Amino acid sequence: MVEHVPATAGCLSMPFDVYPYRLSGTVYGALLNHRSVLAALGESANQLPYKAPPIAPILYIKPRNTLSLSGDPVRIPLETPELEVGACLGLVIGRTACKVSESQALDFVAGYLIVADVSVPHSNLHRPSVRFKARDGFCPLGPAVTARAAVANCDALMLRIHVDGVLAQTASTADLIRPAARLLADVTDFMTLAPGDVLALGSAAPAPRVRPNQTATIGIDGLGSLRIPFLGAVP
Amino acid sequence: MMRARVAYSGAIHEAVPIAGADRAQGAGAEDPDRERLRLADGRMVAAEDVVWLPPFEVGTVIALGLNYADHAKELAFNAQQEPLVFLKGPGTLLGHRGMTRRPAGVNFMHYECELAVVIGAEARQVARAHAMDHVAGYCIANDYAIRDYLENWYRPNLRVKNRDGGTVLGPWFVDSADVADPAQLGLRTYVNGQLKQQGNTRDLIFDIPYLIEYLSAFMTLSPGDVILTGTPEGVVNVMEGDVVACEIDGLGRLVNTIVADVVFGR
Repeated sequence: MVEHVPATAGCLSMPFDVYPYRLSGTVYGALLNHRSVLAALGESANQLPYKAPPIAPILYIKPRNTLSLSGDPVRIPLETPELEVGACLGLVIGRTACKVSESQALDFVAGYLIVADVSVPHSNLHRPSVRFKARDGFCPLGPAVTARAAVANCDALMLRIHVDGVLAQTASTADLIRPAARLLADVTDFMTLAPGDVLALGSAAPAPRVRPNQTATIGIDGLGSLRIPFLGAVP
Repeated sequence: MMRARVAYSGAIHEAVPIAGADRAQGAGAEDPDRERLRLADGRMVAAEDVVWLPPFEVGTVIALGLNYADHAKELAFNAQQEPLVFLKGPGTLLGHRGMTRRPAGVNFMHYECELAVVIGAEARQVARAHAMDHVAGYCIANDYAIRDYLENWYRPNLRVKNRDGGTVLGPWFVDSADVADPAQLGLRTYVNGQLKQQGNTRDLIFDIPYLIEYLSAFMTLSPGDVILTGTPEGVVNVMEGDVVACEIDGLGRLVNTIVADVVFGR
């Protein structure tokens, strides 16, 4: 049994016309960074095993095997009937960003793109298995990098997810707990981001779910749309 | 063979130890500053005259938590059904003889000496019996953690485990053909010359073939991807000025120095 891997996954570059012109292939994302996620957790965020809501940014990594482009099919593994689709605004880093201040943080951004955080649904967020988020193809990106100058205000962008043409979620970057500049400042306090790295700002809850042979489309104001066809596991 | 990647005189070079693998053996008796290297272009240089980089082009960094029974017990963890895997980014990587920052005000920052397994051939749904065919070689990893920053969400999170300079790899990349049995390697960590941590890869809860089978079942592993297989018991707090040396039988001795914020202009 061989899973299909999109041909683009291993050599994703997605050229764009501002420095650094290509993605590095490193993708980080913030979890629990949209107010709707904490609201959905409610009182449980204060109970075991969490004990308290997050203090510092909670981040994840989408490794290179997960990267895919708009239109590349994503396989739903046998272990789950459906997958979750998170829609995120992604920052593309333009200059080496180490301990940047919130007021200057956006100067380190080359542009923006749509990042889909595809996951196997999991309710326990204490120490979830990496296999929920790091499967081949689980990070569609795109459809292109839009230069920073073309986006007036990254803190007021609407995100929409359609599943088979039906609106399944709307969210706004205005509802992020740490907006772009604040997140960049807090993250680069302990980890330097390099030109071409992507930092996804976090998706909203509840995440729409998809089954085999459905197609999710994520649109963000001014950034176009990212199409993700889902298929069943290879028998 | 064992080889390093070093920066010297304006370029990055492959380098080999002049005395061969022998001098990398043993419990840190020799003075690492007396090590000499031969660059691929023929120049002979002293270890302290080069900048040591991670010894191969590093792809995805996959790390194991609590993969030695004694260390799991040390941290009061129960037996696990599935490996505890987390990922690391490229910004955290550091070579031999580098400096790692200890932020002011933290109480518990510790090293973790680990066997690093470097993938050499793409691995997708590889069965245990064939797993070792996908291994190119090995190196030592020192996977620092700052426990003060542990929160109970997506543990262990990146502020604990993906800090700049917190993942030290090297000094050498050693071909798999030169490691007779990766499941019988002693690991030792010295802090300022004192032995603090000791273990053996025979005590891995999930061994290397298991990890490759497990990981390749859901993620394609590519050449340059590296699996940090976890650390045995004996992690202790390290302070500014401490010199931490991690050794693994046949792989050499990976040295790192802990420095304060001021070195980084903080």
